[in-house]
Amino acid sequence: MDKNPFEYAPAPESRALVSIKGQYGLFINGAWVEPKTKDKFSTINPANEEVLSKISQASDSDVDRAVKAARAAYLKTWSKMPGKERGKYLFRIARIMQERAREFAVLETLDNGKPIRESRDVDVPLAAAHFFYHAGWADKLDHAGLGINPKPHGVVGQIIPWNFPLLMLAWKIAPALATGNTVVLKPAETTSLTALLFAEVCQQAELPAGVVNIITGDGATGAALVNHPGIDKIAFTGSTEVGKLIARSIAISGKSATLELGGKAANIVFEDAPIDEAVEGIVNGIFFNQGHVCCAGSRLIVQENIYDDLLVKLKRRMSLIRVGDPLDKNTDLGAINSAAQLAKIKELSASGDTEGAFRWSPDCQLPSKGFWFAPTIFTGVTQSHRIAREEIFGPVLSVLTFRTPQEAIEKANNTPYGLSAGIWSEKGSRILWASKALKAGVIWANTFNKFDPASPFGGYKESGWGREGGRHGLAPYLKGAK
Amino acid sequence: MSRIDIKKTYKLFIGGQFPRSESGRSYEIKGANGKFIANPALASRKDLRDSVTSAKSALSGWSSATAFNRGQILYRIAEIMEGRRDQFVTEIIALEGGSAKVANTQVEQAIDLWVWYAGWCDKISTIAGATNPIAGPYYNFTTPEELGVVGIIADQKDSLLGLVAAIAPVVATGNTAVVIASEKRPLPAITLSEALATSDLPAGVLNILTGKVSELAPWLASHMEIDGLDISGVDPKIESELRIAGAENLKRIHRFNKSQSPQRMLAFMEAKTVWHPIGV
Repeated sequence: MDKNPFEYAPAPESRALVSIKGQYGLFINGAWVEPKTKDKFSTINPANEEVLSKISQASDSDVDRAVKAARAAYLKTWSKMPGKERGKYLFRIARIMQERAREFAVLETLDNGKPIRESRDVDVPLAAAHFFYHAGWADKLDHAGLGINPKPHGVVGQIIPWNFPLLMLAWKIAPALATGNTVVLKPAETTSLTALLFAEVCQQAELPAGVVNIITGDGATGAALVNHPGIDKIAFTGSTEVGKLIARSIAISGKSATLELGGKAANIVFEDAPIDEAVEGIVNGIFFNQGHVCCAGSRLIVQENIYDDLLVKLKRRMSLIRVGDPLDKNTDLGAINSAAQLAKIKELSASGDTEGAFRWSPDCQLPSKGFWFAPTIFTGVTQSHRIAREEIFGPVLSVLTFRTPQEAIEKANNTPYGLSAGIWSEKGSRILWASKALKAGVIWANTFNKFDPASPFGGYKESGWGREGGRHGLAPYLKGAK
Repeated sequence: MSRIDIKKTYKLFIGGQFPRSESGRSYEIKGANGKFIANPALASRKDLRDSVTSAKSALSGWSSATAFNRGQILYRIAEIMEGRRDQFVTEIIALEGGSAKVANTQVEQAIDLWVWYAGWCDKISTIAGATNPIAGPYYNFTTPEELGVVGIIADQKDSLLGLVAAIAPVVATGNTAVVIASEKRPLPAITLSEALATSDLPAGVLNILTGKVSELAPWLASHMEIDGLDISGVDPKIESELRIAGAENLKRIHRFNKSQSPQRMLAFMEAKTVWHPIGV
């Protein structure tokens, strides 16, 4: 393998524009309050294990306070406000997020471990765009084809993951508010800081108190939120395992839910694919955000006759991936978000070794502190291997091959998941044929991992219920005519 | 001497065939007047699983048929039902009681519902799809697709209309289905299956079982190859049990209160969004 021909001087983004408090309370009814139990836990920078702050552990009674605040805000203010005025608050939020974009990006990178290049160029601008997009829907719901004068559910409980903390907050809060719901949102326990900064944005936007409530804590807080009788609807992004727990718990309570869950996306490369673009797409598909992406292209399915060429190019490209300080503007692959996630990635990768697949990683120096995993591919993977079936949620790619297009589709669809898929081919008819045959909610053809507020996102099968984004994403937040 | 009637044997409808239950079981159906009418098959778990296999194997053909073609087949079902009106009316009066006028109205509404959904086949994607104006050089469109195999527990009271209201929207969009007919009033469902069998509907697209809802519904809910569940005909007392079982593969589970609504189609569809770069 070639030696990395590029030597880069460090180019760290400045930390100076964020000020992290020593500790945070809960954001309930427009104000900061202390949790009833006074319990706090540390949030760390996964790139160096530095303690960034102390976060509140919300208990059942804190959840209850937040839900009551959301209900009062719904009844007194938000449900009575015309859509036109609701929309103006969302526009304000979008603008403030744009004004404070760099601050959000640095904070996200510190708390999450993702490269500043991604938080700055993807997460934060897309989050602001989600508010801007949904702001415009607030006074046009009658025209959305979702019934005449469609009604919100009321109070929505929202639980989001740690992989795109601010972006997932935007995906949840923007449509909920645009459709006239009020929310109680719980960020993931390892990545609460940008949600807490967002609470300040709500204050600056003078959003009426109680319309957005942000409570922090672990899975127990999430369970309390899901099971609270004052919640009308649940929106969850996270693992399929927890999604099923939620589905069972609401089987009794009768709440409605949207679930955006796991994936094991196939990225199919046909023999006529533009190889260099495909290699970029494969790298972006699995190494974007350290592979902490539910729609990551984690199964590369390559036509047999181009396999050798593709592998050479892919390995060469992987050897150019810069792993290291997430705040460095040149970094491609940042830190794994937590020790627990790193352990899971290591465990699943070890199963790849023991089950007979071949592991390869480029030579790369990993920092001594923090949580790190080198970009990795496994070749010789079969469909029964755990690394071909289970979501690794890390920078690990499983490579399989196929001979006929039908075989590619069969392998791609051979999974309980159905979130996304990729197709690489220069032939239009083949792309459209494969798009139809693939059982997945998002199909990227000759591209991968693209997101937009106007584009519906969500999965088939065990990847979840409902869509987020676009006109389709409004429906779950409105009471449909059944 | 007056002529002796030929009585009909009511059987299951699985994969385009009319088998008895593999279990050999049947159960007694009495009319509104309390008199014996028939001994339809009492479907077993094995019958249900065979039905799912049929529905699954019919899925790729039916979902890839053109929407225009599906629409014509649904319309054909209405044509054939129209020719069997008297038979449906007689069965409904015998099972549900009431006047010929009321029974007639139910049959007419059921036939007209097929016509309504026949016309939807090649329009639902236009209404529920989109091209999305994303911020970048990509073409991006969303189109609704069939969900897959749907389990249906049909309405228990209106033995024909409730059934058609559940099955027509599901097959209109390219799904296939396993249906449990009204437990106490199953005869129009079996007569309908005879109409289906002669209507160009491919074998296995609709599979209709007669039997006990309380016995069959939990297996329908827990079957891992069923993707969606219409529980409109389920006693609310067992609804949460079915929803818990269905969570194992995250079935889309719905209860409807309108017989004629695009929602009944959309509830068992999945939106697929496709991206492609634009460039020279």
